[in-house]
Amino acid sequence: MMIGRIIMRELRVAFRSGAEVVNPLWFFLIVITLFPLGIGPEPQLLARIAPGIVWVAALLSSLLALERLFRDDFIDGSLEQLLLLPTPLPITVLGKVIAHWLVTGLPLLLLSPLVALLLSLDFATWRAMALSLLLGTPTLSFLGAIGVGLTVGLRRGGVLLSLLVLPLAVPVLIFASAAIDAAGMGLAINGQLAILGAMLVASATLAPFATAAALRVSVH
Amino acid sequence: MWKWLHQSGKPDRLYQLCGRLLPWFAVAATVTLATGWIWGFGFAPSDYQQGDSYRIIYIHVPAAMWSMGIYAAMAIAAFTGLVWQWKTADLAAAAMAPVGAVFTFIALVTGSAWGKPMWGTWWIWDARLTSELVLLFLYMGVIALYNAFDDRRMAGRAAGILVLVGVVNLPIIHYSVQWWNTLHQGSSGVFQQAIAPSMRTPLRWAIAGFWLLFISLTLMRLRNLLLLSERHRPWVREVAEKGARQ
Repeated sequence: MMIGRIIMRELRVAFRSGAEVVNPLWFFLIVITLFPLGIGPEPQLLARIAPGIVWVAALLSSLLALERLFRDDFIDGSLEQLLLLPTPLPITVLGKVIAHWLVTGLPLLLLSPLVALLLSLDFATWRAMALSLLLGTPTLSFLGAIGVGLTVGLRRGGVLLSLLVLPLAVPVLIFASAAIDAAGMGLAINGQLAILGAMLVASATLAPFATAAALRVSVH
Repeated sequence: MWKWLHQSGKPDRLYQLCGRLLPWFAVAATVTLATGWIWGFGFAPSDYQQGDSYRIIYIHVPAAMWSMGIYAAMAIAAFTGLVWQWKTADLAAAAMAPVGAVFTFIALVTGSAWGKPMWGTWWIWDARLTSELVLLFLYMGVIALYNAFDDRRMAGRAAGILVLVGVVNLPIIHYSVQWWNTLHQGSSGVFQQAIAPSMRTPLRWAIAGFWLLFISLTLMRLRNLLLLSERHRPWVREVAEKGARQ
């Protein structure tokens, strides 16, 4: 299976430059620490605004990590080799995005108990947060891949990338924080999770094609 | 038909075609807008509840309607450009983007000016305001991406992909934003059936006027972009020399 080999390659490359993988996670934790410092340490207040904090921090840290999805490969020329593979380009993109999520999205999930502790959330809210991260962060990676594909050839693509990707991430933010909010009030969250899942399926099926088209424009 | 379409897609032909169409659309836009606004601002009856301040509807509603319409037109142009590898279609999409962004901005500003006397606040996080704001962000993204490339051809194609991604996302954004409870009044129907005829007719004139204005502005910008992207070609030199002699 070609896609498996691509994922393995990406993971090997990622773990050889360990710091790059760990940095966005520290960023996520630091941003979350900033909010109690800025707003005040009352547990009720923190629990009330926790959904927004967690998801804005997740959005920003995934944005930080996004660039390395294609940037290094573009600079050293291996992106062109990947484009030349006999496998369809969307499949290659799919593999790369999955690998990228495994090293940047999944660790956020592992950090979530710690975040719940810091923001004094109860167990049900933590569960909602973990589930929304599980369903939401891959969508962010897929959407972001399109933006990286479009900006990878540019010298200063960083700010532009956030300009392109953040508006597209609005629905994920709304439903994910709504899920955590609802769980905090003891309500069912199936509806929000179903919509997040639907968005994941839609982005996983459509985004690789858009990313492939974008890469073909950028690598010229 | 197809051959004719392809012929007029050639940059020099299209430049001339735009030049010939432009005066007609510009005159029609001026007349229609003037009719709608003079009628609407001067002669339409005032509202029993909102008084005269409702009259901003003659700017707000057409701008808001076409801010969405222009995005759809951009998406069609971008799709044509990507599928049939038609460079001029990409240019058309790029020509529409700033016009759409300005329309969106007008809709937001007039909306907030209208909200102040009616709701007592300049800005409210209501569904339609928010999705209009996100639409403005999408327009700005397209414009920024188009300007970031040195190569115009690549810029057009990249912006085209982004426009298509945005058009898939726009309904999702719109409906997810609607989850919040809303202060904004419901839509009066696509054909404004719910508005009294004496107020509706000038509104329709204004809507048509904004549409004609959009087409005239797009034609102007498209002419400029054509000249810019083809500046090394002989026909552009001819145009420039003719302009210098006059």
